[in-house]
Amino acid sequence: MTSVAPSNADLAVDPAPTANAGPPRRFQLNLRQSGIYFAFAAIVVLFTILTGGDLLAPQNISNIVVQNSYILILAIGMILVIIAGHIDLSVGSIVAASGAFAAVMMVNQGWPWPLAVLVTLLIGGLIGAWQGYWVAYFGIPAFIVTLAGMLLFRAVTLTVLGNRGIGPFPEEVRTLANGFTEGYLGNIGLGGALGGADLLSLLVGVVAVGVIAVTQWRTRAARLRYEQQVESMPLFIAKIALAGLVIMFVVVQLARFKNLPWVLVLLAALVIGYSLLTNRAVFGRQIYAVGGNLQAATLSGVKVKSVIFWIFVNMGVLSALAGIIFAGRLNQANPTAGDQFELDAIAAAFIGGAAVQGGVGKVVGAITGGLIMGVINNGMSLIGAQTESVMFVKGAVLLAAVAFDVWTKRRAGAAR
Amino acid sequence: MTILSMRGITKTFPGVKALQDVTLDVERGEIHAICGENGAGKSTLMKVLSGVYPHGSYDGEILFDGEPCRFAGIRDSEHRGIVIIHQELALAPNLSIAENIFLGNEQATRGMIDWNRTNQAAQRLLRRVGLAENAVTPVVDLGVGKQQLVEIAKALSKEVRLLILDEPTAALNDEDSEHLLDLIRGLRDEGITCVIISHKLNEVMAIADRVTILRDGRTISTMSMEADQVTEEKIIAGMVGRDLDHRFPLRDPIIGDEILRIEDWTVHSPTQHGRVLVRGANLNLRRGEIVGLAGLMGAGRTELAMSVFGRSFGTGISGRVYKDGQLVQLRSVQDAIRHGIAYATEDRKRYGLNLIEDIKRNVSAAGLRKLAKRGWVDDNEEFKVAEEYRKSMNIKAPSVSSITGKLSGGNQQKVVLSKWIFTNPDVLILDEPTRGIDVGAKYEIYTIINRLAEAGKAVLLISSELPELLGLCDRIYTLSAGRITGEVPRADATQEGLMTLMTAGTAQ
Repeated sequence: MTSVAPSNADLAVDPAPTANAGPPRRFQLNLRQSGIYFAFAAIVVLFTILTGGDLLAPQNISNIVVQNSYILILAIGMILVIIAGHIDLSVGSIVAASGAFAAVMMVNQGWPWPLAVLVTLLIGGLIGAWQGYWVAYFGIPAFIVTLAGMLLFRAVTLTVLGNRGIGPFPEEVRTLANGFTEGYLGNIGLGGALGGADLLSLLVGVVAVGVIAVTQWRTRAARLRYEQQVESMPLFIAKIALAGLVIMFVVVQLARFKNLPWVLVLLAALVIGYSLLTNRAVFGRQIYAVGGNLQAATLSGVKVKSVIFWIFVNMGVLSALAGIIFAGRLNQANPTAGDQFELDAIAAAFIGGAAVQGGVGKVVGAITGGLIMGVINNGMSLIGAQTESVMFVKGAVLLAAVAFDVWTKRRAGAAR
Repeated sequence: MTILSMRGITKTFPGVKALQDVTLDVERGEIHAICGENGAGKSTLMKVLSGVYPHGSYDGEILFDGEPCRFAGIRDSEHRGIVIIHQELALAPNLSIAENIFLGNEQATRGMIDWNRTNQAAQRLLRRVGLAENAVTPVVDLGVGKQQLVEIAKALSKEVRLLILDEPTAALNDEDSEHLLDLIRGLRDEGITCVIISHKLNEVMAIADRVTILRDGRTISTMSMEADQVTEEKIIAGMVGRDLDHRFPLRDPIIGDEILRIEDWTVHSPTQHGRVLVRGANLNLRRGEIVGLAGLMGAGRTELAMSVFGRSFGTGISGRVYKDGQLVQLRSVQDAIRHGIAYATEDRKRYGLNLIEDIKRNVSAAGLRKLAKRGWVDDNEEFKVAEEYRKSMNIKAPSVSSITGKLSGGNQQKVVLSKWIFTNPDVLILDEPTRGIDVGAKYEIYTIINRLAEAGKAVLLISSELPELLGLCDRIYTLSAGRITGEVPRADATQEGLMTLMTAGTAQ
């Protein structure tokens, strides 16, 4: 067809020309993107009230971080898989299998722990490569490949472990999973009811806030140099101040309890690294391109198959990392480890704003989604709720989050 | 006796009048051909008739057997005995012939399908259309020609009175085509009226009793083959002569050395085994030159272009591509981009853009590595580049952070062109760059194309609009049924001449 009778596809979705090129509706746009953070804040406030403040007690904050660390690590990998338009159901089984391999190497064979950790991550990568091959190069839907993987790697776990757990793990691995940084600089008194806190942790918190403020400032300045639109100065300062307050609050609470959990340090590094990867790296951009429109990405010269392959390799490595941490935390590699972790990781990604069709999602969003579920778990157990109610609420939250996303998209009249 | 009378049919889409006051009268028991260029309004007219566009979405009236019809959907029109068989066959490949024939019309007793009755009835229909296959054979095991016969059997099962065939022989070889045309003649003799849409004028000449010609959404004429002594030339004269309603920017071509040469290029269909889509094509492009590629639907234009562009379409591709005189291997899109070839698709929504992303990320999509150092993208540079294109291409959007899915067709096309120009190609293959775009934006796209040629690039312009090719190109190749049938310099090109070459038969 030509201009005389454009094809139906053209006509059906062609919106009115951009005559309404007035001021962009910034606030509305921001609300859709940051709705998840408001929801998180609301849930934290709700449970703080319901638990009479226990939710934000020093030890409890530490618990939330440590108890959810492995799900959050999986969520980082999962969001990349989902952005690319795929899914991974096998991560729970990979967690179990890698825990088992790590245990055999460290406990039975007595390998030095750094070597064993490295080999375990490598095995995770190989498992990911196996699945990536079938998905990317053989063309089997990821749902099927990873459903098979879920069974395969659970079977591998059972074969390796027999029907028993293997432990205990070396001190260092347990520390990584469960332990806290040393207070090299001793404690300082915060005065009054706050008591003492670890100085090093506090300094790390202050430095982190400082680094965030400086990098944000430099990004903003660079954008201004390129004559891009930036948020107004008061809003910018308010955002930085708010982020600083939240970080310092968490750090102070953690410093009052013990020091910073090692897994928190690890998680922070992963979040920063993967955020940079998705926002700034060519590879990260290609993930969005593949998920947004596979054909267009192919015709733009993106090596689509290779991108999908490496996403699964990455998912395998992160699953192995989560497996080591989970095993270290239990101090035992267990045949049932990681059961249903894949569901928590997938839920975290979708609550965190990923789109079912792919092409959309953020690492920070997935982490927030994972924390929302973690806070619901923790808060509800603090007020003595039964397991079934916790499940019910989590299911409802997942459905509501995706329904909200679909609804805002439809209302915005976005294409497709 | 008139069986069908469509009067004053006018159908508008936002911004375009697809049909204007179209009249079509079909006599009972005749074979009536409808001819027209791509986009003349043939398919739209048939969609109006079959109820795909329901009553109320168009102006004018439809009389069938003298009674006014108000179809709300395809079911209504089929109920009256009007059945349309589309060019893309709509069969479920894994179901049997019998199941396909009675799909939606199941032979059931109290909600349970009576398989004996179904298969027996199907077998009878197959005999009627001359298809020697078992009714329980899955459709996927049949060739296209046989699938076409299944479609007709399906139509017959609905007690069809008016059968509409849209390009029925486009995908068939000569033998299958001949069989199909015989069958249509047989149906006519049984009293079934047929409307056939076809680009193959020799077939129209061979089979039709009367022919109606559409152009630019209007009825040009209805002629009786015998009484009016219709010839292929007469049909062509009616089809072309489209209004030269848009202006073209002027350009003084400065044509340099040959930059791309394609030799003996052959492409096979990836879905239909053994079907040849492009056969032994030879063409070349020179610096600063705009070369047109004209062809009707199904001639193989897009297939030729995409197969050259890093084998992104087709199987069994053979032939040679020379870039700047050097034989090059373009095995992937990456290879093609590296050798300075760009291809802007005819379907920008499906193949051209990531509609959920913003302008800047679409502009950078094919040339992202130019914005990156050691794998890291400089997004400020990206913004700057996109902003430059927004200004130079006049993309109407609040900012380069606007989502491309919300832009108008013309602006989306400019984003696609920006993406490819940013890769700094020597050769641009532009596939229907003005499809579905309003007149103002078309002129802007023409200006951009001229600017590219002036910058010493070679442009291969694929277009269904002959005036566009005549207005822009220095040379025009014509393609018919996968073969290059002509190469015409601008000075010698006329719409009639091109159309004759574009409809040239396959037997040469």
